[in-house]
This record gives sequence, C-alpha cells and structure tokens, in this order.
Amino acid sequence: MEVNIEARRILAVSISKLYASRTQRGGLRLHRSLLLSLVMRSARDIYHSSRESEGPSGAQSAPEEPMDTSSSPGEQTRLPEPQQEPAFNSAETDKENLSPAKQSRKRRGKASAAPDFLPSKRARLEPGEERYEFLTHTLLIFKLKVCWSTLGHSLQGQSFITGRRMVPPSTSLACCH
Amino acid sequence: ADIISTVEFNHTGELLATGDKGGRVVIFQQEIENKNQPQFRSEYNVYSTFQSHEPEFDYLKSLEIEEKINKIRWLPQKNAAQFLLSTNDKTIKLWKISERDKRPEGYNLKEEDGRYKDPNTITSLRVPVLKPMDLMVEASPRRVFANAHTYHINSVSVNSDNETYLSADDLRINLWHLEITDRSFNIVDIKPANMEELTEVITAAEFHPHQCNTFVYSSSKGTIRLCDMRASALCDKHSKLFEEPEDPSNRSFFSEIISSISDVKFSHNGRYMMTRDYLSVKIWDLNMENRPVETYQVHEYLRSKLCSLYENDCIFDKFECCWNGNDSVVMTGSYNNFFRMFDRGHRRDVTLEASRENSKPMQVLKPRKVCTGGKRKKDEISVDSLDFNKKILHTAWHPQDNIIAVATTNNLYIFQDKVN
Repeated sequence: MEVNIEARRILAVSISKLYASRTQRGGLRLHRSLLLSLVMRSARDIYHSSRESEGPSGAQSAPEEPMDTSSSPGEQTRLPEPQQEPAFNSAETDKENLSPAKQSRKRRGKASAAPDFLPSKRARLEPGEERYEFLTHTLLIFKLKVCWSTLGHSLQGQSFITGRRMVPPSTSLACCH
Repeated sequence: ADIISTVEFNHTGELLATGDKGGRVVIFQQEIENKNQPQFRSEYNVYSTFQSHEPEFDYLKSLEIEEKINKIRWLPQKNAAQFLLSTNDKTIKLWKISERDKRPEGYNLKEEDGRYKDPNTITSLRVPVLKPMDLMVEASPRRVFANAHTYHINSVSVNSDNETYLSADDLRINLWHLEITDRSFNIVDIKPANMEELTEVITAAEFHPHQCNTFVYSSSKGTIRLCDMRASALCDKHSKLFEEPEDPSNRSFFSEIISSISDVKFSHNGRYMMTRDYLSVKIWDLNMENRPVETYQVHEYLRSKLCSLYENDCIFDKFECCWNGNDSVVMTGSYNNFFRMFDRGHRRDVTLEASRENSKPMQVLKPRKVCTGGKRKKDEISVDSLDFNKKILHTAWHPQDNIIAVATTNNLYIFQDKVN
C-alpha cells in the first residue's frame, strides 16, 4: 500500500535526521527534534492504521508480530511506540538486541532511544545525552555507532567576510505605490 | 561563517545592523545625499564591525555553543552613543557603539606616541587640549547577560519602558533589567514536569510597542499567547490565545511542521501582530483571537512539495517577516532569493528577486512570477527550477522610509523606493 510505503520512508528519513542532529554543532535543537518526532508519530500512526486494515500479511509482519504482542502487555503507558517501530525496519535492526523488556526501562530522553537495543545498559549512553532531556516518542533503530562527536566536529573556520557585497541602494523598487 | 543570520534597522533607520554565523556584527550607516531634494539617494556604508560572540564550550554537557548571532535589537537612542543587544544561543550582550572624533593632545607625562616621559625632564605644566581626529567608531561590550537559558535563545525584545527586555528560549522567557546582569526573572515557563509530555515549544516572543506590560509569544503549534505582566509574576496563564482552527483538508504528515510559527511582529501602531508560518503570513487583530484578519500565501505552490522539502530540510527554515513604517505593507522572504511584499490596503502583492544580475544601481526591480502548473509563460519560473539553497530568511524595513534590507545567504541587498 502506497501510504504504508510512504510512511515507512518518511520514518526512515526522520530517524536519519534525528541521528544526524545529534552530532551537529550547537547541540540538539529542541524545536527541530520536536517537529521530527511529530512527523514520525504521524507516519507511525498512518503506517499502523494501514497495516491494521491490511491484516497480517507480508513477509515483514510475521517475525515482528510475536515481538509486538509480547511487549505490549509489559508496556508502560507512555511507550506504545518503541516496540512498534522495530516492526518495519527489521532489515536494519539487530534482532538479537531487541529486548522487549528494555522498553519499560525508565526513559531519560529521546536521545537515549538507541541504546535500548543494546545489551549493555547505561554504559552505552553517551555522557552528554543523559543530561539532555528530550522527547521519547521516537526510536533509533539503526545499529548505531554512537559516537558523541561534538568535539570531533571541527569548528568552522572563522573566515571573515570578504564576500559581503552591498548593492548601492539607489536601485529602485517598483511596487506598492 | 559570513552567512547572515539577522538584520535590524535602528529606530531612526540611520543604522542597519547585521549579525552573522561567525558571531560578527556589521553596522551600516546611512549617508544621505540631499535628502531635501525630491530624488534623494541614500547609501549605506560600513560604520562599524566587531566580534560580538565567540564559540564556547559547555563542559558540563559536552556541548559546543555556537557563536551565531540569532538576534540583534537596537535600544532607542538616549545620548550620543548607540546601544544594541545581540544574542547567540545562550548569552545576550549589550554593546555600546560610540564615535570618537577628538583626542587629547599635550599630556604632561606622556609623549604623543604614548611613551612615558622621564619626570626629571618636565619643567612646566600644561593642560591637554582636544584636537580633531579621524572618526573612529568603537564598539564595547557594556553588559553580558549569561547563564540564564538552558535551551537555545530564539528572541530578544526591548520593552517600551526602555529599562527592561525579555529573552526567550524554547521553553522559557526571562525578563531582564538592562543594568542588572546577575539576575533575571522567569516570566514564562512551559517546560512540562515530564519532558516526554512536551508538545510545543516557544518559537518567538516580542514586547508590545507601547504597552510595557504586554508581550506575546508564538509556539510551534501555531498559537500565539498574549500575556499581561500585571496579572501575575509568572505569565504561564495567557491573557489571550490566538489560534486559527486547522483546515482539515490540508492535513498531511507535515501539517504540524508547517503550522509552526517562525516569527511574530507587532505592527508599529500596536493594534495588530503578524505571524509567519512556513507557507503564509497572517495578520491578527489583537482584539480577535479566533482567527487572523488577513492571510497571505507566500508560496502556496510548495504545499505539494512538502515531502521533498522535508527531506532536504528546507521545511525547517525559519522565515522572518516585517512591517513597513506605516503598517500598510508587510514583507517576507522565500526561496530562489525571492521576497514577497503584500500591500494590505490595495490588496496587491509582488514577488521580487534579490540577485546580482537584477540589481544594478538605479535599475527598477522587475516583479517575478512562479509558474504553478500548466504552460509556463515567458519570464516565469517553474516550481521545479527554484533554487532552494537560495533563501531569504531575514528582511528589514526602514522605520520611516521605503528602504528595505534583504539578506540572502551571504549578501545584503538594500533597495529603495523609486521617488519621482
């Protein structure tokens, strides 16, 4: 179903953006992350509503069903998403690390999503992330090389303005009068 | 690093300040030739350049703090010097820009080059005299307002009382006194107890131009809240909530993103305010909360392209908007170095382009048109050939005259109305 595919694609794009934003200069932008998560939620909702209407079909759904159902009962109220997300990105997910029990772990923030799939716990959380509070509506599904590279990001060169050109203001404007 | 990130005229329009991504502020001054003549030309020349903010590092959070200037706001002039507030993500600074055109000569203890004289050689006393010198413009930081924002500062706004100003980040708004740097009052806090319940952030805030107790702030959900500081110390509860119901036919994955307000500006007369979201500009009457009085589509042809704009990140662009001096025309930027003006009274709008090819001196700007479908006429540009890397996010209008400043990515264009 087209909407389904579109939703998945948008979700994948969103996740890659979320991941990319973690390494950008200036730190995570709350507003941008919020908007990304809203898009992801819409995409997720649409994906699931279209899947429900489809019924259990397709190669993807079979391996994921047991995981979905097993994790839902153990679920905390605010985290319906996490175990759903892995459903359609199974190709990129490290299955053995998907532990539904991890879903109920207390969430510190959106940024801590990635390590949920990894067997080790807090040690994998990057030092900066714990202090950063974020939305938890989303999940990073890729097997990430979580490298907190704010230091690695070289400062942009302080190239001073040479290209700034000011057009003489005598250029006239033809409008509005 | 010379990507322009903010543009602002001062209250007389004589000075124009720009801030860039490298933390520099460049101020231009208007040189007027024969203002009394009917056809006057004004040029803006560089007046002062200084490094306002440097990159910093927050060691506790292992985060770099960008030096990019997010906003510049001028203070009304009280004496010979000019003052402006400039801010990056975390720190606001008050800068004093002053002119020096005289210097004292004839010191008793110093030579002219500054070297100290041997006191034994001094046989007489004289009074130093002030002699004219080449004009020097000095910028010095007078106040540094730091450590008050956990999140990224998006707005500063000077109060009409000329003593206080507000600064807003994603979740909080603080009130400062211009003289006091070690303390600020938090007047709005929308941070939820549980960050996972966060649904909206503050995107812009501004004080009313005349009522020193009133300010507004816009949100990522497309709402604007007007707050009255007389009501309570903490203005979490708004006095007015401006919100237009969403048109259900326009619902898409990206409805929430495009309804996020990127800029809010009061009109000069204080009766209206303008908001900019991704596709439109809306004018609100402060007395009517349930819908805007005017809505202008900036680039409606992008509505069908939202998915690609999401992928190339353009959908997150924050466009600003501005009023002209008498609130009859509003202006905002778009892509392909286009900017748009909407004449409220005459219900006309125009699209213009800021580019080197079209901007020879004395050349009248030609209106542009984007072809939205079907047959493309000559001189029209099709939506698919728009350059989305060329965006005009920052524009400013002279407070009295029809002079506008338009910032493309690296360049500043100043246009003037044709007077004839």
